[in-house]
Amino acid sequence: MSDISPVAADRPADRPRMEVSETEVAVEIIGMNKWFADFHVLRDINLKVMKGERIVIAGPSGSGKSTLIRCINRLEDHQKGQIIVNGTELTNDLKRVDEVRREVGMVFQHFNLFPHLTILQNLTLAPIWVRGIPKAQAEETAMMYLERVRIPEQAKKYPGQLSGGQQQRVAIARSLCMSPKIMLFDEPTSALDPEMVKEVLEVMINLAEEGMTMLCVTHEMGFARQVANRVVFMDQGQIIEQNDPESFFSNPQHERTRLFLSQILH
Amino acid sequence: MTDIAFVRSEMTAAQPAPRSNAGVAAWLRRNLFANATDTVLTILAVVFLLWIIPGLYGFLIGRAVPPGGTVEQCRVENVGACWAYVASEIEFFIYGFYPMAEYWRPNLVFALLALLGAPLLIPHAPLKVINAVLFFVVFPIASVVLLAGGMFGLRYVPTEQWGGLLVTLIISVVGISCALPIGILLALGRQSKLPVIKSLSVCFIELVRAVPLITVLFMASIMLPLFMPQGTTVDKLLRALVGVTLFASAYMAEVVRGGMQAIGRGQYEAAQALGLGYWRRMGLVVLPQALKHVIPGIVGTFISLFKDTSLVYIVGMKDLLEAVKTKNDAIEWAAPTQAVTGYIFAAAVFWIFCFSMSRYARFWERRLDTGHKR
Repeated sequence: MSDISPVAADRPADRPRMEVSETEVAVEIIGMNKWFADFHVLRDINLKVMKGERIVIAGPSGSGKSTLIRCINRLEDHQKGQIIVNGTELTNDLKRVDEVRREVGMVFQHFNLFPHLTILQNLTLAPIWVRGIPKAQAEETAMMYLERVRIPEQAKKYPGQLSGGQQQRVAIARSLCMSPKIMLFDEPTSALDPEMVKEVLEVMINLAEEGMTMLCVTHEMGFARQVANRVVFMDQGQIIEQNDPESFFSNPQHERTRLFLSQILH
Repeated sequence: MTDIAFVRSEMTAAQPAPRSNAGVAAWLRRNLFANATDTVLTILAVVFLLWIIPGLYGFLIGRAVPPGGTVEQCRVENVGACWAYVASEIEFFIYGFYPMAEYWRPNLVFALLALLGAPLLIPHAPLKVINAVLFFVVFPIASVVLLAGGMFGLRYVPTEQWGGLLVTLIISVVGISCALPIGILLALGRQSKLPVIKSLSVCFIELVRAVPLITVLFMASIMLPLFMPQGTTVDKLLRALVGVTLFASAYMAEVVRGGMQAIGRGQYEAAQALGLGYWRRMGLVVLPQALKHVIPGIVGTFISLFKDTSLVYIVGMKDLLEAVKTKNDAIEWAAPTQAVTGYIFAAAVFWIFCFSMSRYARFWERRLDTGHKR
């Protein structure tokens, strides 16, 4: 996972500018704390993500980075502080939670495709049942996204018949079918064979170039350098340091960050 | 250093398998004569079959009295099965004491059951929704009207007169159709985060499962009237129906819960992350997978429910087995093999229904197998 070379070196020079909004806030986390029973897993988290920002969250295992992004669509609840997503504050109100989840896509480490449904059904399930989009139209959109992740020919297959890399691309397409405003990635390439990491990262890079707001927990530092406009480093449930990737990698400030980078970039 | 470099110059094409690996002889060797133990077991099995088959054939067919035979033929020494007895009493076995002039009514219900039930079981049959409405709403009402009568000029036939296969089928069809949905709801209730629903479900499941069905039926038939206001009576068949259904539901709930536990947290989370609410999450993602995992358990519960219907004799219902038992004492057919033949007939009917359920379930297992976990 220590690949620091650009993921896709042969990229066209005229790639679109990745615009970051100066006024529109996508996610705002204010003084957030979370406990697992007695264990204080997230401590005083403050993070403001503008629309169009691409944030990479890095840190050693157990540092709470997965838990943090899982709080953003309330797969985990928080006990103190505020999380505001697209202007909606996350509380115990289930209706509001579902509202937020509709607008926030999530990609998991283990893909979590629905094994009893075909690829196409995986993609159209939520648009049909959550958004109430007619089936034909949902399928059309789904095929468009499958083409964008370059596996339209797999539409009729079941997830178990696809490779890990293909499954993860389907999982990304599945989230995109809900036209989310924000995408969360929870170690999307960690469960993949090395030769499949690239195909997934390429899809993520394309997404970033289209201006998607992204929060990625990942160990792909090459990806961080290439597309992130901010790297957030966490340890022991706290944000230790954040900076633009250039400064973060070349000039880490905190001692803990330096140690982490020296271990991961050997 | 020796030369360790190697480059393949030609690819090897696929070749047919050696004879010892395929074909009849290979199959026999692999499955019947693989080693000494297998060979001995195969020989023993063949000897057993040679010993049992002639005897069975003689009793069931060779020395048996075919339908249409007389009771005298059944009374000769060393006679086989007395099929003439079963054939002459078949109407009682099917309808019980249902009035003979009204047999067309249960027959119509049987026909409707086959006509509406069969297409429901065939996956690609058209008009599933209309079919389901007809089967689960219209059919039960029509059946009650037809069987009980008392309206539309139909003669009233109290449930005490219903019997035989008719009662067995009524209880099992109603039980099976109700036990699965109730069981699913109980399983969901048991996993609920709402304490009231959860504890109610747990109490019900644990109470019912800890009591024998006979006790449930006794309670339903003797205790229930004590709690009801004086003068109100609950129909005997209805009591048995409720008892059997609730009993099977409790078992079904645990089977379904077992299936749900096999579903990883990732599936729930993926469904949540897509914004699917509780019922859609369960109905579209979790239950289809969970139920598929436990098809053998579900069918097992159905099969035991079907067989348990024979316990309703305890509350005075004459189901198929009890009808056979009653006629086994009939003096006009008294013969050495009368009772045995009756029981063989009852067992065969039970076996046909249960075996069909089992095969049908296998069909669904194969059909739903998308091949791969994950």
